[in-house]
Amino acid sequence: MKNFDSIFAAYLLGWAVFFGYYLSIGKRLSTLRADIERLKSSVGRGK
Amino acid sequence: MAKRAILGFLTLSLVVAAAFASFYVVPMERTMGPIQRIFYFHAASAWAGMTAFMICFVGNLLYVLRRQQKWDWLGVSAAEVGLAFTTIVLITGPIWARPVWGIWWTWDWRLTSTFVMWLLYISYLLLRTLIEEPDRRALLSALFGIFAFLDVPLVYFSIRWWRTQHPQPVVMGGPGSGLEPTMRKVFFFSVLAMHLLMILLLSERYKLEKMGGEVEDLRREAEA
Repeated sequence: MKNFDSIFAAYLLGWAVFFGYYLSIGKRLSTLRADIERLKSSVGRGK
Repeated sequence: MAKRAILGFLTLSLVVAAAFASFYVVPMERTMGPIQRIFYFHAASAWAGMTAFMICFVGNLLYVLRRQQKWDWLGVSAAEVGLAFTTIVLITGPIWARPVWGIWWTWDWRLTSTFVMWLLYISYLLLRTLIEEPDRRALLSALFGIFAFLDVPLVYFSIRWWRTQHPQPVVMGGPGSGLEPTMRKVFFFSVLAMHLLMILLLSERYKLEKMGGEVEDLRREAEA
């Protein structure tokens, strides 16, 4: 297929951005979940 | 949880089907050949990105009018998601341009206004990292977001108002423009798939922002 390299690069890089972004959201969500648990227990201890 | 799983499954199915259709269903474009198939990914991502920026604008406007935190969360979430889609546009565009135009990039109205839009929304996100006080951060970034949105219609109309290296519109472009019927169907199918992906990412990003608000509240409570 003519220009196969360009088509492949466009789709590969494009999807890499989406997956990378989705993973970054997932990572940030798990960090926040851990923060919430930690803060809840520290607030609970303070009461 | 079930709704999220259904949305995820539906998005994945549609995105895969759209990619398949853009390679195996649409006819070969006569002038450009196979490279034209990037169009279904590139243009659909551009439409989804602009919709995300429109949602950001609505969130910013409603925050300024109502001062409710949820509108700030929506604004920042949509800005970040729109930025991801615009990044795809700025990556796939030059890859498509090189074999067709013989150059990666040119500073015509469409390309420049898209690049400026990308920079504006990066600035929007950077601005938020510089202000610590939540209400002040939300208000100033909402005002900046409203200003940034002024570039979005400019991106859309640039190929209608000026002669550009970028092709003239093939969808809603008026007389003399248009797509072959199968190409048109696949294009709108790709637009639908990308919009679903945008909604999925937006809902996840919004959840993140909401949890961030919860963390801030708990921190204040812990410090009190």
